[in-house]
Formats: sequence, C-alpha cells, structure tokens
Amino acid sequence: MIVGLYTMLTKKNLIKVIIGLSLFETGIHLLLVVVGYIQGATAPIFSKTTGSSAEMVDPTPQALVLTAIVIGVAILALALSLAIRLHEYYGTLNLRKIRELKW
Amino acid sequence: MEESLKQILELSLTLLMLGGAVCACVFKDLLNAVIAGAFVSLMAAILFYVLQAPDVAMAEASIGAALTTAIFVIAIKKTKRFEEE
Amino acid sequence: MRIVISCALLIILSLGLVFALEQAPLGSNHIDKKDKPGRYYLDQGMEKTGAANVVTSVVVTYRGFDTLGEVTILFIAAIGLGAVLYSRKKEKRDQKEKPSASLILQTGCRFLFPLIVLFGTYVFIHGHLSPGGGFQGGVIIASAFLLLFLGCKEKKIPMKSMNAVESLAGIIFVGIGLAGLYWGGSFLENFLPRGMPHMLLSGGVIPIIYIAIGFKVGAELAGIVAGLIERNP
Repeated sequence: MIVGLYTMLTKKNLIKVIIGLSLFETGIHLLLVVVGYIQGATAPIFSKTTGSSAEMVDPTPQALVLTAIVIGVAILALALSLAIRLHEYYGTLNLRKIRELKW
Repeated sequence: MEESLKQILELSLTLLMLGGAVCACVFKDLLNAVIAGAFVSLMAAILFYVLQAPDVAMAEASIGAALTTAIFVIAIKKTKRFEEE
Repeated sequence: MRIVISCALLIILSLGLVFALEQAPLGSNHIDKKDKPGRYYLDQGMEKTGAANVVTSVVVTYRGFDTLGEVTILFIAAIGLGAVLYSRKKEKRDQKEKPSASLILQTGCRFLFPLIVLFGTYVFIHGHLSPGGGFQGGVIIASAFLLLFLGCKEKKIPMKSMNAVESLAGIIFVGIGLAGLYWGGSFLENFLPRGMPHMLLSGGVIPIIYIAIGFKVGAELAGIVAGLIERNP
C-alpha cells in the first residue's frame, strides 16, 4: 500500500501512476480482510461437514471487499480511456510536459 | 508445529508481495511493470485464501490477474511503451 | 525535491498506521458478544434466508442496496468509456494489415470458448452453495470473450445483442426489487419460499438475482474490452 502511494506521488509517466493506483487498492483490500480475521476459525460457508457457527470468520468485511474489487476495475478502465485520449491530444504522456503545454 | 508453518507462509507471501510492488515501481519498460502488478495480485489472492476468505480470493484472482492485465496491455499498445528518461 | 517531501510524508503516514493498528483487536475473537452484526449474520443467516453461503446472503439480502449501487457504478463506467472513446470520423479499416493468428491458436480458441462459458455459468448458478457467485462468474465469461477477440479475428462479435442482454439483466434486477416491495413490504425483500438448504433451488430470490448479476457483469466487461480494442489509433 505504501509502495503504491509512493508510485502515485513521484512518477512522471501517466500509466505508471495508474499502475500505482492499482497497487494501492490491493493493499487497502488486504487491510480490510485482515481486520475481520479470527485466529483458529474457519471460512464462513455451511456445508454438510462443518460444525456449528460458533467458530467462523466475520463475514461482513468480506462482502464489502467483494464490492470494492469490482469498483476498482471500473475505475481503472475509465482512467485508462482518459489516458488514451490524452495521448492522442497532446502527443506525450509526460505529466511535467503536459502541465507546461496547457498554458 | 502447524502454527509456525502458517506464520512462515504468511510472512513469505507478504515479503514476495512487497518485492513485486517495488519492482513494479522501478521498471522502465511498462510491459514489465504491468506483469509485476499481476504478480502482486496473484500473491494477494493466495493470501486471501490463507486468511479463510474464498469468495474474495476468487474475485481478486480473476479480476486482478486477468482483466486488469488485459486492459493495461491494450492501453499500452495504443500509447507509448517505454517510460521516458 | 519532490522525492524527499513524499518520502517524509509516507514515513509519517506509516508510523500513524502502525500506531493505530496496535490498538485494534486483530486476530482475537471480537464478535463474541450478542449485539455485533457479524454474530447475527452467522447465527441467523442459515434459517432466515436459506442460503448455505453466508457471504452471499450478506451481499444480496442484508446489504442488497449496496449491490444495486455497485451495478449502477459499473453501468456508468461503461457509458463513460463509450462517450470518451467516441470516434467521429469513420476511417476505412484495412483488413490486410492485421496478421491472422496461427492455426493452433484458432483451433484452441474455438474449442475452449464454450468450456469457459460453461464454467462461468456453473460458478454463478451455484453461488449460494459454494464460494463464487455473480461477480466471479461474470468475470470468467468476460475473459472467455477476451479470448475470442485475441484468437479468432475474422468472426464478428455481435455488439448490439450484448448491449440488449446487459440492459435486460439490469431491468430484471430492479424489477425483482420492486416485486419484493409489492409483496413483501420492503425493497429487495426475500419473498419466494425458502426451500431446503444445500439444494439448488433454495434460498428464495437469491439465485435469480445472482443469475441476473452474472449476465450483466459479463456483458458489461466484454463491452468495455471491445470498446477499447475497436478504437482506431
């Protein structure tokens, strides 16, 4: 997660920044799932062989992370389409040069 | 015995993920950086499975490793391939 | 200069994170009290909704409105992508400049495509019994279409029917929610009979919603990939 933030802040190429965004989101999802973990417990799915519901992992963060992963891929698709349009309009993907060319 | 084995597995997976993320930041060829990102996603999927969350592991493995890489490669083909110096 | 400032900021941020996570009860049994929602979902989830997969029942029944919001976000992303990448002038495409794939790849693609679609359908139909569900199955179907784009280039992918399937699945999802409002008393209420657990037709309205979500997500992501490929540079 920290590596993703560093990539987003310092790199010049736009696609490298978007890769950093993807790394950052993966780190955050891991953090959310780790919060709901109970040591020694098992997965929250009933079947014919599992026992009672007393020793199962918390199912709430898993449902929220499932939604968050799909939203992340939607954000990546839209960001990449904007990057393609920028490249066609300015001819370069260097963020410093784009900032100079605008004014 | 089994507890320490699980801890060794989790620690090694986390270190591999950290190494893959640093590689994705440093590489100059954008195609290599994207493949490092897919590697980080795969390690995260295995870690989700060890943390007893099979739904999230399946979603992360299919979306992070397959669809994100495919969309990135298509976008790189339409723009530059190498990062500038 | 920029690197130094960002490094200092990140060190402060990571120190703050480590300090905040020291006080959180990680790993211990923190949902043991009776009034936590996690304990309620685990204890009452099987009898009230009839689905064996607790995460599925949380996503569709207890937090169904969040799933509706997520489907809306995917739809908006697909519309935004189509609007940004709109090409005004129709250049004529040269059919000769694209090298056709080798024979092994074409035969493999044609053989693997129905198998992958079957596997994706299996994953999202059995969403309430084993790990999986609508989103995972939809993504598997979308990657089958991606394989078809890469392998067999001369087959035309029907874009109009995919848009129609996606809109129809979205309408079915909202329609089931409104039917729950009419018969049950609240939006997205579970109004069909529960059935026995571990059977395919159990769980009330959950399998129908997951089938609609699976079709919608698969068609949407395939449309996004098609929109990115078809654009002429």
